[in-house]
Amino acid sequence: MAGVSDVVRAEAAGTRNEAGLLPATARKPRGGWGWRGTPYVFLAVPLVLLVVFTYLPVVNMFWYSLTSWDGLDKTKEFVGLDNYVAVFTRPELFRVFYVSLYYFAASFVQMALALYFATVLSFSTRFRNLFKGILFFPYLINGVAIALIFVFFFKPDGTLDSILALFGAENLQQQWLGNPDINNISLASTSVWRYMGLNFVLFLGAIQSIPGQLYEAAELDGASRFQQFRYIIAPSIKPIIGLSFILAISGSLAVFEIPFIMTGGANGTATFVIQTVDMAFESLKVGLGSAMAVILLVIVLVVTWVQRKVVPEEKVNLT
Amino acid sequence: MSYVAKTTKYATLVLACLVTLLPISVIVMASLKTNQEFYNTGPFDAPGNWLNLENYVTAFTRGKMVQGFANTAFILLFSVVGTILIGTMAAYAIDRFEFRLKKTVIALFLLATLVPGVTTQVATFQIVNNLGLYNTRWAAIALFMGTDIVSIYIFVQFLRGIPKELDEAATLDGANHLTIYRTIILPLLKPAIATVVIIKGIAVYNEFYTPFLYMPGRDLGVISTSLFRFKGPFGGQWEVIAAGVIIVLIPTLLAFLALQKYIYNGFTSGATK
Repeated sequence: MAGVSDVVRAEAAGTRNEAGLLPATARKPRGGWGWRGTPYVFLAVPLVLLVVFTYLPVVNMFWYSLTSWDGLDKTKEFVGLDNYVAVFTRPELFRVFYVSLYYFAASFVQMALALYFATVLSFSTRFRNLFKGILFFPYLINGVAIALIFVFFFKPDGTLDSILALFGAENLQQQWLGNPDINNISLASTSVWRYMGLNFVLFLGAIQSIPGQLYEAAELDGASRFQQFRYIIAPSIKPIIGLSFILAISGSLAVFEIPFIMTGGANGTATFVIQTVDMAFESLKVGLGSAMAVILLVIVLVVTWVQRKVVPEEKVNLT
Repeated sequence: MSYVAKTTKYATLVLACLVTLLPISVIVMASLKTNQEFYNTGPFDAPGNWLNLENYVTAFTRGKMVQGFANTAFILLFSVVGTILIGTMAAYAIDRFEFRLKKTVIALFLLATLVPGVTTQVATFQIVNNLGLYNTRWAAIALFMGTDIVSIYIFVQFLRGIPKELDEAATLDGANHLTIYRTIILPLLKPAIATVVIIKGIAVYNEFYTPFLYMPGRDLGVISTSLFRFKGPFGGQWEVIAAGVIIVLIPTLLAFLALQKYIYNGFTSGATK
């Protein structure tokens, strides 16, 4: 509270100055740049929120993960590393890593598509802004709305089945969200539909920051469109592609909304986050859920650390 | 460009637009059909009456969408204003002052960006619960304000471009730091604030996980959770669910059409942290 009162005091001093009650020599602010507490006054609220909602949970989570707590009991029984052993030895818990591979693979499709459309639209194109807008728009749509749109798309006699019927391919119709062999592919495709636009706009932004003279010079030298891509575009968007790749790894581990709303995690579509939520809030196994969350956090941290090593910070800066 | 290349280019673009728009278009058509009509027609059959808005009325009234919009607006207002105040204050302190713990503070903020929010919910839940915020709209507001480091980053970047001489001159005139923050820094940060309002606004409007976990109360539905709850009572009534989807989609579409340029810029500056 001392900090706040000091600000008030400084304000009072300021008014006095304006009133000209103090001689000009005393104008050099006494409490001004000199008072060491000022930055902490401005940082107090942000730091409290940061600690309470980010660091405290991380610390607590580590602690919970070593207990068999149910989330309600007054006492938390210490069980050591039992929860971690369970995650790695019980196949039904470990399966979620396998599911995230679908989303990881899908993110490559997503980046390839984004790169293709970004390259194509970086050259003069009719209706360019319209195309850009349509391709980007899905990224802005509410996740629940997207999930419901695609439940309708994949449901029996839904949009996809009707398209197949239109082309006389009824024999391909099936339970797109029920069949354990393909439901994860259906869900991962939905994810591509949703997120491709962001990659696309980021890539497009990077490509457009390349000076136009480079292309003109290349064209004068007789470079083809493909050569322009290979030698001008590709090198200059490497950093943003590297960044997207790393985000794809952590993103594919943190998938939640689409499978949760579309299938509820049934038929082998449960992801890491769905299972953690189930564990902690439905089955009241906060200890086990925390252990899973800690593992996820560690993976994400390791991946990010690798990214910092591979893609140096300053290169990612596009501006 | 050769004729073939040009054809391929436009063909793929048109195909991509079809893939994007088709799933949405069939929902628009479904939302205009009567229940009977929905069951007797395929997804591509046009509705008999293009002005049949009955499902929209049902979605709004029985689906509690009005309440959803009200709760979302409430949360949106407080968390966006809070994020701006917190973000600009933090950015002002970090960019304009030298202090002993500066490096530590910056490291704390940067390290926090590495912790994905979804991973820590198990423990965050207990904290929100202990603070007595569980099942109130303040749970979502506190969480939206407390963990937005991207906004702080955007503000710091922008502040760097504002010459320090401006605040120094004000200090010589006897202004204190609060006055400088209020009368010089905040107004000059307007473009950055606009960016944060857009990014944050869209993020809050679309957020599902936080309200789903922290605000299960019947009257506390936001846009996302209200729409999610359509799955139960309207399970067999796809035409009503479709209307709900379109109701949620329209504000996004309007915002996008009105603010296109700012939205593109906002996401490019927000994502390349």
